Amino acid sequence: MMTEELSKQLRLRRPARLKFDEARQTDLLLLPERVIRLNPTAGAILWLCDGERTVNQIIEELQTKYNQTDLKADVLDFLTQAADRGWVETWK
Amino acid sequence: MEVAIPYALTAELTHRCPLHCAYCSNPVELSRREHELSTQDWMNVWEEAHDLGIVQLHLTGGEPLLRPDAEQLIRRARELGFFVNVITSGVGVTEKRIRQLALAGVDSIQLSVQAPTAELADAIAGSRAHESKQKAAQWIRAAGLPLHMNVVLHRQNIDLVEDIIELCASWGAERLELANTQYYGWAYLNRQHLLPAKAQLAAAEEAYTRAKERFGQQMELIWVIPDYYEEFPKPCMGGWGSISMTVTPDGKVLPCTAASSIRTMKFDSVKEKTLKWIWEESAAFNAYRGQDWMSEPCRSCEHRFRDFGGCRCQAYLLTGDSGQADPVCQRSPHHHMITEFISTMNAEDHAGASAEPGELFPSYAYRGRPVMNGGIAGENI
Repeated sequence: MMTEELSKQLRLRRPARLKFDEARQTDLLLLPERVIRLNPTAGAILWLCDGERTVNQIIEELQTKYNQTDLKADVLDFLTQAADRGWVETWK
Repeated sequence: MEVAIPYALTAELTHRCPLHCAYCSNPVELSRREHELSTQDWMNVWEEAHDLGIVQLHLTGGEPLLRPDAEQLIRRARELGFFVNVITSGVGVTEKRIRQLALAGVDSIQLSVQAPTAELADAIAGSRAHESKQKAAQWIRAAGLPLHMNVVLHRQNIDLVEDIIELCASWGAERLELANTQYYGWAYLNRQHLLPAKAQLAAAEEAYTRAKERFGQQMELIWVIPDYYEEFPKPCMGGWGSISMTVTPDGKVLPCTAASSIRTMKFDSVKEKTLKWIWEESAAFNAYRGQDWMSEPCRSCEHRFRDFGGCRCQAYLLTGDSGQADPVCQRSPHHHMITEFISTMNAEDHAGASAEPGELFPSYAYRGRPVMNGGIAGENI
């Protein structure tokens, strides 16, 4: 992984939008023709893709939040998939 | 039985439309302007939908932007946290209107297109529309919204699918839905002019696959299958009354857009009942939930959890009984109704079978226009 890529700021790909849904008590990713029900980890990662935080910062925050030190590979794996599916802007 | 929380609501704000497409999925008996819900009625629907757990609104029609209160409705919908999608023909809209929709908070606008050239597109739409669509596409992007497009594919334009994809790419589309005609409403009335031959379909699907490879992330391509040619039915609406609902211009609540064609069922209105009651308690929404209503061949079929017996409206249109298996299914006792129709459409002497694309304009029953050749006339609104 290039350092340059890790310092990229990440954002959702418009018009995707996140919502915490009261009725279902879960995070949802809203897309034009789809609604994705996110598991808690996926939700936690995507909420941090706000266009301000870099990939590195997102990893660090998640590691602090879950009190772990080895989340980098999992987070990068998820973000790669999220970009492939058009949920977040391409960052590589 | 436990009733799931719905995700989406399709609001048909009006059935009025500047286009007259022969494949329109609106009912043949279009709802009239004087029966349309008021601004306040729709806002009440939004609130009830929000309380029910719905998170996504599709504003469609007819042409939803013929409603001067569209911005107001979008603003209120966004306040309630909905993702708001508008599906438009782009005809009659101005740059200012698009900007206003963006300001009101619309999340996404889907623009329809009929064909790659103005001449063919206008013949299909029964109206001069193509040029205004190109402008609408520019304005949507200029307003900072992603351009999403759709085209309904049928016998007259399916050979040109590659050109259609190119056109949408050149207009800057980020997403394009290639939707094979589904045979309800006006499309069912016109199906002998619309269903492509098998060879046309196969070529189009190959073109789609090539384009998908070529455009990759630049433009998302979606292929909506032509179910008449499938062996098993589509899992229509993800199951009756399980994910979404449609509200018609006059307030009737339907489990799917085409359901008003089912004459044997009574659909309740938001004018008389709450959305919650209609979704959870009404006879219509409960009629085909789960598997208990099924008869053979569905009842014991291993596909029943995947396709839910197929489409209730299609079962009704073809067999007169909405509780039958969808005749698209090869196990349905009515499947011959599909295969016989398909074979006439693939016969060498079928009118139009050998015509160059777009050369032969069939005598469509244009939606919303009186039919000249003795077919069923729709109301002109």
